[in-house]
Amino acid sequence: MATPIAAVLNWVDERMPTLGEEYRKHMSEYYAPKNFNFWYYFGAMSMLVLVIQIVSGIFLTMHYKPDANLAFGSVEYIMRDVPGGWLIRYIHSTGASMFFIVVYLHMFRALLYGSYKKPRELVWIFGVIIYLCLMAEAFFGYLLPWGQMSYWGAQVIVNLFSSVPFIGPDLSILIRGDFVVSDATLNRFFALHVIAVPLVLIGLVAAHILALHDVGSNNPDGVEIKKNKDANGKPLDGIPFHPYYTVKDAAGAVIFLAVFSAILFFVPEMGGYFLEYNNFVPADPLKTPLHIAPVWYFTPYYSILRAVPPLFNSQFPGVMAMGLATMILFLLPWLDRDPVKSIRYRGGYFKAALAIFVVTFFVLGYLGTEPTNVWGQFGAWMSNADRATVAARFFTVLYFAFFILMPWYTALDKSKPVPDRVTM
Amino acid sequence: MKKLLIALIFAPFAMLAASAGASEGGYRIDRAPINSKDVISLQAGARTFANYCMNCHGAQFVRYNRLGDIGLTEAQIKDNLMFASEKVGDTMKSALTLKDGKAWFGVAPPDLSVIARSRGGDWLYTYLRTFYRDPSTASGWNNAVFPNVGMPHALWTLQGERGLEVVSVKDGGHETHEYKWSQVSQGRQSATQYDTTVRDLVNYLVWMGEPSANARKKIGVVVLYCLGVLFVLAYAMKREFWKDVH
Amino acid sequence: MSQHEKIDKARRNLVVATSVAGGLASVGVAVPFAASWMPSERAKAAGAPVEADISRLAPGEMQVVEWRGKPVWILRRTKEMLEGIKKSDPMVSDPKSEVPQQPDYAKNEFRSIKEEYVVLEGVCTHLGCSPQMKTVEARAEMGETWEGGFYCPCHGSKFDLAGRVYKGSPAPINLPVPPYVFVSESTILIGDDKKGA
Repeated sequence: MATPIAAVLNWVDERMPTLGEEYRKHMSEYYAPKNFNFWYYFGAMSMLVLVIQIVSGIFLTMHYKPDANLAFGSVEYIMRDVPGGWLIRYIHSTGASMFFIVVYLHMFRALLYGSYKKPRELVWIFGVIIYLCLMAEAFFGYLLPWGQMSYWGAQVIVNLFSSVPFIGPDLSILIRGDFVVSDATLNRFFALHVIAVPLVLIGLVAAHILALHDVGSNNPDGVEIKKNKDANGKPLDGIPFHPYYTVKDAAGAVIFLAVFSAILFFVPEMGGYFLEYNNFVPADPLKTPLHIAPVWYFTPYYSILRAVPPLFNSQFPGVMAMGLATMILFLLPWLDRDPVKSIRYRGGYFKAALAIFVVTFFVLGYLGTEPTNVWGQFGAWMSNADRATVAARFFTVLYFAFFILMPWYTALDKSKPVPDRVTM
Repeated sequence: MKKLLIALIFAPFAMLAASAGASEGGYRIDRAPINSKDVISLQAGARTFANYCMNCHGAQFVRYNRLGDIGLTEAQIKDNLMFASEKVGDTMKSALTLKDGKAWFGVAPPDLSVIARSRGGDWLYTYLRTFYRDPSTASGWNNAVFPNVGMPHALWTLQGERGLEVVSVKDGGHETHEYKWSQVSQGRQSATQYDTTVRDLVNYLVWMGEPSANARKKIGVVVLYCLGVLFVLAYAMKREFWKDVH
Repeated sequence: MSQHEKIDKARRNLVVATSVAGGLASVGVAVPFAASWMPSERAKAAGAPVEADISRLAPGEMQVVEWRGKPVWILRRTKEMLEGIKKSDPMVSDPKSEVPQQPDYAKNEFRSIKEEYVVLEGVCTHLGCSPQMKTVEARAEMGETWEGGFYCPCHGSKFDLAGRVYKGSPAPINLPVPPYVFVSESTILIGDDKKGA
């Protein structure tokens, strides 16, 4: 062969043709629509953040001690005594929040362009499972610094399980390995966070991408590019993922890393949202903080949990509502009755519903960061109810309405004609 | 659409910046006029910390030799700041044990390594300047920012003793508090001198909370420049390849 | 050059330039991660030099000090012990300390800065046990030719009072001499020799 590199590649290809085949199938001959826009960066960025978290996480475990007496100190050891330790810690803490920002934007793309619809329902389902695993991963990870928010956040969330009828209290003890959140809980959450959930996540991401590649990517026009092929069987509106999207995603990744770095180096605490102030106080089982709130990425669901009042002397309805709020995402491909995929061609009802949903998600998210008395109370005419609680209830209804009413408003929607070919 | 989303994402942060706010007791928190690059201020703060605070409070995550970062030599550290420790690589532990601290004060004096990261410099600056005499407490002291705190006024010899009268003023439907301060006895420092002492101490506490803060920002500037250069190249490469498309 | 070739060249140049820049950035990112493997401040503090006060050490007596987790012996040798070392010359494997187990200032007949005091790491160079001191009085146990030294109970290695390993021992080389310096007549700093002696 001509060059030594080509000779080596040839040698490998003779013995493991799979490598070349898979490379062609998923990169150099995977035809993706040519009209990907801003919203299409976030899948690749999610993968980048996953890698960043795994690498920074591995290096943290080289110094972190998963022991209730040593954990908090070991994090400060990393911040002060380990050369470069502060940087690795901030990479991991910034990465955790960036992971959710990127994943939420990635999911929003699916809502915009109907990427969850036939034939991509399975891609969506894997994606929602990934989202749930990500929330579990973040929850387990947040206990590890063993600060006041770590401890009490875990205590509150695990106590939610005790509201499950009949098996609740025993279930909570089983999760904790003790009667309260303790060293036993810390050690097992460490194992789950460091290896168990990451392995599951990696497997799910692989499944997610393989399922996508089997049916081909969607695009901002919601046009199926495989319907129009050229003489060679290649989609007319498709371009090979490599080099076009590798090159585009590389440039996008640099911008993403710039945003990541700006946060990391200048505002790593992000006003107490990415690194909570109260978590710089070591966990004290005897002293509950005045104000416990989960990290920002969980707050919309926390709002929903708090909004539902106790029914039949049980908190379980609230827990159910919170669970349902995430689980209902699975049903999206079947709730949406409009065959038109992209918001560019959908009717006014869906556009309005989606806009309301976005506002709802942000408002619920904000309310979840604050105590329920943040907006004061109504007068006696509303039984002196907290304004924020009433608002949270109103927006909770809107949140579920987006999904529950969807079969109705999407069926009635008047859509525009969908073009045959993509628009740039 | 995109602009609305970006505005919505950053709105909460804008709201955060606006509220420097009030403490739990309702007392207004002052901005701490600290400059993390003022090495002399940091050194003065270190001295105050070692002489007045370390009798009860440790800083167990801070090593003495880290003070080299604020311009002190090993000899200066050993001579002026190390009372209970032998080696300059040791951590700043207080002589007061947790058990004794809890017995004497009701609650063990907390470690101050990261106090500035949980309370914030502004809160600490205000807290250390609002102690007042109160015969009803165990220590004889109380604090406007942290009502019924277990800590006595460790710096009282500098500030002197002050008294506080809180007057409730009902204004329409709202109730506000008016704080009337009085100087009961003189300390060694004037009010301005004391403010400076506390400013330096808080500057030092903030430094202790994150000694690598200044390095972090410096490296950040370099990283962003490098990413800027990398982006120019990456984007040029993208444009070159995408000439094929359409 | 054809238009096609020009484009290819432009592309290749940009790919190379961006790859090089990206490679440099990656190296930059790798630096703090690699650095995190270096000894931390805690490790450095624990491994810091140790001062030993030898004012109470009588001739013939040995003092043990811990440095970097290892026992360090300070032995105040008598005239007889020094004679015994000279007599041990033919019995040891490396009489001139050719193998670099000591700083330059200990590469001499008595392996020390001052003849009277020897500083040795009390770790057998075979498999790491800590040998016991056996003076010349222990001839009944150690054999008639024994001039005093150290005996390792694990596998029977023997060293003389300068820490030199006996021929026939499982241990291959002399006991290490750590860096040290006399900060005063009565104080030795073990672990550092940069301070003026």
